[in-house]
Amino acid sequence: MNSLPSFETTAATSAVPAAAVHPKITGRNVNVFYGEKHAIKDVNVDIPERSVMAFIGPSGCGKSTFLRCINRMNDTISICRVTGDIRIDERDIYDRSLDVVQLRARVGMVFQKPNPFPKSIYENVAYGPRIHGLVKSKSELDEVVETALTKASLWNEVKDRLQESGTGLSGGQQQRLCIARAIAVSPEVILMDEPCSALDPIATAKIEELIDELKQNFTIVIVTHSMQQAARVSQRTAFFHLGVLVEEGTTDQIFTNPVDTRTRDYITGRFG
Amino acid sequence: MFLTLFGLVLAVAVICFVMGRSRAVAVSGTQFSALHSLPSYHGWWMVLMAAGPAFAVLVLWSLISPYLLRPMMLSQFAPQLAEFSAAQLDGFWRDIQAIAGGGMPGVRDAFREEAAAAYQSTSRMSLIGMVTLMIALGAAGFYFGWNAIAVNFRARHRVETAVKVFLAGSATVAILTTVGIVMSLLFESLRFFTMVSPLDFLFGTTWTPQQMAFRADQVGGTAAFGFIPLLTGTLLITFIAMMVAAPLGILAAIYLSDYASPQVRAVGKPVLELLAGIPTVVYGFFAALTVAPFIRNSGQAMGLDVSSESALAAGVVMGIMIVPFVSSLSDDVISAVPQSLRDGSAGLGATKSETIRRVVLPAALPGIVSALVLAVSRAMGETMIVVMAAGMAANLTLNPLEAVTTITVQIGTLLTGDQEFDSPKTLAAFGLGLSLFVITLSLNLVALRVVNKYREQYD
Repeated sequence: MNSLPSFETTAATSAVPAAAVHPKITGRNVNVFYGEKHAIKDVNVDIPERSVMAFIGPSGCGKSTFLRCINRMNDTISICRVTGDIRIDERDIYDRSLDVVQLRARVGMVFQKPNPFPKSIYENVAYGPRIHGLVKSKSELDEVVETALTKASLWNEVKDRLQESGTGLSGGQQQRLCIARAIAVSPEVILMDEPCSALDPIATAKIEELIDELKQNFTIVIVTHSMQQAARVSQRTAFFHLGVLVEEGTTDQIFTNPVDTRTRDYITGRFG
Repeated sequence: MFLTLFGLVLAVAVICFVMGRSRAVAVSGTQFSALHSLPSYHGWWMVLMAAGPAFAVLVLWSLISPYLLRPMMLSQFAPQLAEFSAAQLDGFWRDIQAIAGGGMPGVRDAFREEAAAAYQSTSRMSLIGMVTLMIALGAAGFYFGWNAIAVNFRARHRVETAVKVFLAGSATVAILTTVGIVMSLLFESLRFFTMVSPLDFLFGTTWTPQQMAFRADQVGGTAAFGFIPLLTGTLLITFIAMMVAAPLGILAAIYLSDYASPQVRAVGKPVLELLAGIPTVVYGFFAALTVAPFIRNSGQAMGLDVSSESALAAGVVMGIMIVPFVSSLSDDVISAVPQSLRDGSAGLGATKSETIRRVVLPAALPGIVSALVLAVSRAMGETMIVVMAAGMAANLTLNPLEAVTTITVQIGTLLTGDQEFDSPKTLAAFGLGLSLFVITLSLNLVALRVVNKYREQYD
């Protein structure tokens, strides 16, 4: 990985003040190629710790692709190639010496469609702690499961039926179960790829509320198609278009006073 | 005769189709779109009405008439046939058919010539009757169908109903055939069990049906019909085969579905499935000429007493044979497990093999179990490899290095060559067939229960 010393971002984003003194995640000159296709072009971004950062933009703009770079889920796609420099706590996550399994334990992910394992609710949450050997005893595991489900505000709904299948829950509960499953590994970062796109408005509201609580303990990056959602849950917003990070700033600034005309057009619904 | 008539009906059907279609176009006038159904549906409607009944008559009459003709002829000549035995009646019937059809009768005399002439005229009458009925029904159907065609006529729905009836009929034939086979198995087995006690059969430990005397005046040994040695032989060989096929098949399936690159998979899967295309007799001589001697030689080198035909040789080769059944079906179900589950597991930091072991395989379990059950049924039903590599000796043993025999092999031996169908020796085959059927069926039921208990259902 060729890391560039420059912390200056591209022209469009240079006007934006630095996000925080100590960003949790930094991306510098990130490029992603799917075979011949240049999906992400020179993206530079700082993601502050313990806050919510939203990626918005029209379909196919590369926001999900960039999200999946942060826990190296793109590794599973053989034709995908990532260049540039992505660091978490100033550690290059594409470094050869870094174990991708440990990276993913630190960077949890919640997917677009709820994908609970076809196991019991308990086993779904216990999955991560088990494979990483985080607990020594059954009682400790019980505690981890309870804590994770509580943090995901699902405990009260499922505490009496932990042994029932996770796939039997409603869509919104399934998605919260997936969040609990991610939390159970005690990650530092949680990536959410359109977590509410398969949910009804009430379930969506619950997830958004949950995201707001989770930001006290976790760094959250969320990709969303809903601009209202980005406005409601995030502190900072990045607008992607055609693989380029057009503009990045505080959510207030992006939604009330965008600098770039493309951002303004997208936010006012002129295209996208 | 049947084929000629069938061809005629087919020709009529084609003509009816064309006529029906053009009539539909004609009645629609210039307003083609006014028709409720497309013209071709009207064509099919005419085919169904005119050619359908004629075809049904043709098939049914051809199937049923021999059974009606025979009692008719026999009752016509009842006085002369009074002293004939059942076998002689059969012979007589064959003779007159042969004379009438210009073949070679066993016995040719004036009486049979007369009977043949009578048979010929009766069957000609029958044919004329059939053709008349076909024409009458066809004409009536044509008339009715022709008049029904109108702008508002719902030919499409009628044809749709006919399709449904046809499909239901096909399903019924398949189901009835199965029921028929089971019934015949059951009734012949009951006959067998009136001659040999079911207890002796189920719990006897010696199997020597070939000791049975052929004729009443012949001195024979004591025939014993204890099927325990056959059962242990079958189970032993099946067990060995599954010990080879289950791990190889499932591991190969995991490799092909999750580890192999698309290029390897594109070549590997068909090649593996090619194994299923090799005739079992080829596996048989491979087992008898290569594997069995190899096992015997290596056994002797280790100081073991190995017979030249052994359950191990047959079982191992049979296992290789059923690997593609296991791998191909398992590969399909493993690939069908949604990618989102794999992503979910990988996103939590699980490695590929952890994901497969803890998420993919449990989700694919029902399919894998049914693949295994299918493979077991296949192994139990296999005959050729066992005959060639494991021998025919009904030894009661669990030692895989000895010669054993299986249920299917014994069914084959019992029914090969000239046999009488009223001796327990022959009927024993049905008893064996029934037991095999019961074993396979219960295995299926158990597997179903297991699957329902442990399945992890994904949507």
